[in-house]
Amino acid sequence: MTKLRGILTAAAVSLILATGANQVSAAEAEALPPAQDWSFNGLFGTFDRAALQRGYKVYKDVCASCHAMKYVAFRNLVDIGFTEGEAKALAEEYEVAGEPDEFGDPTTRKAALSDIFPAPYQNPQAARAANSGALPPDLSLITKAREHGPDYIRALMVGYEDAPADMTMGPGMNYNVYFPGHQVAMPAPLSEGMVEYADGTEASVEQMAEDVTTFLHWAANPELERRHQIGFQVMVYLILLTGLFLIVKQRVWRKLDH
Amino acid sequence: MAGGPARQYNNRLIRWVEYRMPIFSAVEATIGRDMPTPKNLNYWWSLGSVLFLALIIQIATGIFLAMHYIPNGAMAFDSVEQIMRNVNYGWLLRYVHANGASLFFAAVYLHILRGMYYGSYKAPRELLWIIGVVIFVVMMATAFMGYVLPWGQMSFWAATVITNLFSAIPLVGNGITTWLWGGFAVDSPTLQRFYSLHYLLPFVIFGISLLHVWALHVHGSSNPVGISTRSKQDTIPYHPYYTSKYMSVIGLSFIVLAFLVFYEPNFLSHPDNFKPADPLQTPANIVPEWYFLPFYAILRSIPDKLGGVVMFGASIAILFLLPWLDTSRVRSARFRPTYRYFFWIFVLDVIILGWVGAQHPEGASLLIGRLATAYYFAHFVIILPFVGWFERPRPLPESISKPVLKSGAAVAEAAE
Amino acid sequence: MATTAPHPGEEGPRRDFIFVAAISASAVGAGLAVWPFVNSMNPSRDVLAEATAEVDLTPIEEGQRITVLWRKKPVFIDHRAPAKIEEAEGVALGDLKDPQADADRVQRKEWLVLIGICTHLGCIPQGQRVGERLGDFGGWFCPCHGSHYDTSGRIRKGPAPKNLDVPPYSFISDTTIQLG
Repeated sequence: MTKLRGILTAAAVSLILATGANQVSAAEAEALPPAQDWSFNGLFGTFDRAALQRGYKVYKDVCASCHAMKYVAFRNLVDIGFTEGEAKALAEEYEVAGEPDEFGDPTTRKAALSDIFPAPYQNPQAARAANSGALPPDLSLITKAREHGPDYIRALMVGYEDAPADMTMGPGMNYNVYFPGHQVAMPAPLSEGMVEYADGTEASVEQMAEDVTTFLHWAANPELERRHQIGFQVMVYLILLTGLFLIVKQRVWRKLDH
Repeated sequence: MAGGPARQYNNRLIRWVEYRMPIFSAVEATIGRDMPTPKNLNYWWSLGSVLFLALIIQIATGIFLAMHYIPNGAMAFDSVEQIMRNVNYGWLLRYVHANGASLFFAAVYLHILRGMYYGSYKAPRELLWIIGVVIFVVMMATAFMGYVLPWGQMSFWAATVITNLFSAIPLVGNGITTWLWGGFAVDSPTLQRFYSLHYLLPFVIFGISLLHVWALHVHGSSNPVGISTRSKQDTIPYHPYYTSKYMSVIGLSFIVLAFLVFYEPNFLSHPDNFKPADPLQTPANIVPEWYFLPFYAILRSIPDKLGGVVMFGASIAILFLLPWLDTSRVRSARFRPTYRYFFWIFVLDVIILGWVGAQHPEGASLLIGRLATAYYFAHFVIILPFVGWFERPRPLPESISKPVLKSGAAVAEAAE
Repeated sequence: MATTAPHPGEEGPRRDFIFVAAISASAVGAGLAVWPFVNSMNPSRDVLAEATAEVDLTPIEEGQRITVLWRKKPVFIDHRAPAKIEEAEGVALGDLKDPQADADRVQRKEWLVLIGICTHLGCIPQGQRVGERLGDFGGWFCPCHGSHYDTSGRIRKGPAPKNLDVPPYSFISDTTIQLG
């Protein structure tokens, strides 16, 4: 009986492993993004505040010229370690549409803490027109919306290379080791030293890729630190409670078993 | 023991209510005083309680999520993000609801397999089993419609693919799909009706569950040995014995759920569902939630549209006939040496189908899927009846009390 | 043995303790689990973020009243003429149902800022628009149940128990106030 079960399990596992291996070799096309040791991984993972703030700078100076982040507001910057005053100053760098004036004409005003990050384009059509037909996706959820999440986003940033000689690239397309199909409309976004970090960190491509990925992962999971914190308490509670239930069960049943 | 006349209640409030509306004695008449339960139930019998709790969790989180969710094609995705980012503990409610659905299905599959292993569906519990299958079907409908609500890419295309199943029906198929959509494609009207039904169906499940429990208590729980209880010696009160025994299983289920919710909340979902629904672009590999994968594999194994839909329906409908397809008079697989092997092969077959359901439908996986589909049906219509006829069951113990004394097998062997 | 089923608690205090511990631990957990549900109905973070509003006072002429929206509530801003101020200051506190000096209700005499919600049952009093009833005391009049407010927004007659509330606000310049 148990022997049979063992054999069946072994058979199932080896079958799954075998076909899984096939899967990988069949999809030789894209390289697997290397797994990173992120500060937010693990049971007690938190976001590195300095990396978040540097990452915001990369987003603001580089990504934001094409990519919107419509679920993140300036007030959220307080959560990544900016003071309310700093966040307000960052917001006020932008002009957004205000209420129509008394004649009904459109007005603009300085962005406030409650405003979301302004979008670079009015609408998807304008975005496509400016990017040779490709639509730069909104980045608010990007690390959740891709296989391998943050590992993939970081890898994509650093994965630009010259196309192999035997590959014909579409017009305006760029070769990336990690992008599905290898042809990506976005040109390599980062170059050495293109951002000046306030904390003096050297802005290597690798560094910027890591920082902006941390920022984007925070943007997609703003609840992560709270989730980990409550999660630990809940797990401890539940494990103790379950243990208690097991003791109760033994005590109740002891009478019956003898 | 059950239904004795005019029991005197000690609690004054209970007496007061009982005099005006004899609800307590009515419940006792069904379940028996102290709810006598076979004394040999193992942990697999705890899943009913887990399922009841899972339903309560889903309804509770769902009601509060519904206070913030907007069932409109233009706003649904945004409103889910609003819940995740701005509503106090919205992320917690949503992650519990989404992962709670998986807990619900995991428990229901184990519950069903327990019934199959121990022959819980056999007379006089056929109706109990059938009501259970009805609950399972309504659960699938509820889960499917719930998956559509976040209005991501997977939501949208799942809705499109599944509603298109109905277009396979000859003559009226296209009319039915248009009617289901309330338009010429899946759109806001579809989302709004799915939302309405997704809110309604859990209460239907709750109602049917009460029938399930009612039917259960007419003849009481089956048990691992599979022979009916004969005397008071065979039973113990449900409380405190089984309440204490099953609380730890509930605790364990909560630990699993909490781990998913707090540490891997999107492990069971798909990245594509974090992209807003786009009617102009289908994701490269659309897969249903894990709990639908085996049935999805059956659907895709049949190279004919109508045929696929029919087999998909048949794979679930055949469960209704199980009490009559199994011809053995012995309930528990413990005493059915041949059936026991086929049971585990069936479990393996369903796991293979689940794996196939997640693959691209081409090459080896398509062939494996077809074989596994064929075996799935063969299990019910060929293996079960024939094994029942030809198998030589091991001798049954005299009563439940006997094998539980020390080692059940020894007693059974000695009786031979 | 099992003919009359043994009941728990027969082994004395130790066993009782475990029972009580298990039940109370469950109850505490269940109780704590209720909080996320309850709190989810409180104002969400985006709603709280919009809790301040700035109002430019320059276009409001003397004697004019405007209504602005703050936290989804109407806020009355009254550019009071000297006669109205005098009237408000001249009332003896003893005549008031909810005694409060006018000076305690304004930061600058000519600007009266009030939450425009009747303290009785939440209707919006009349008196903001030209031609509306001002009530017997020249302030506001609530049409729902007939409460009369004076030129300082204090309740003078009718069922309302309290004066119109003054919202938290501050002058961030001579011509701009910030609500909230």
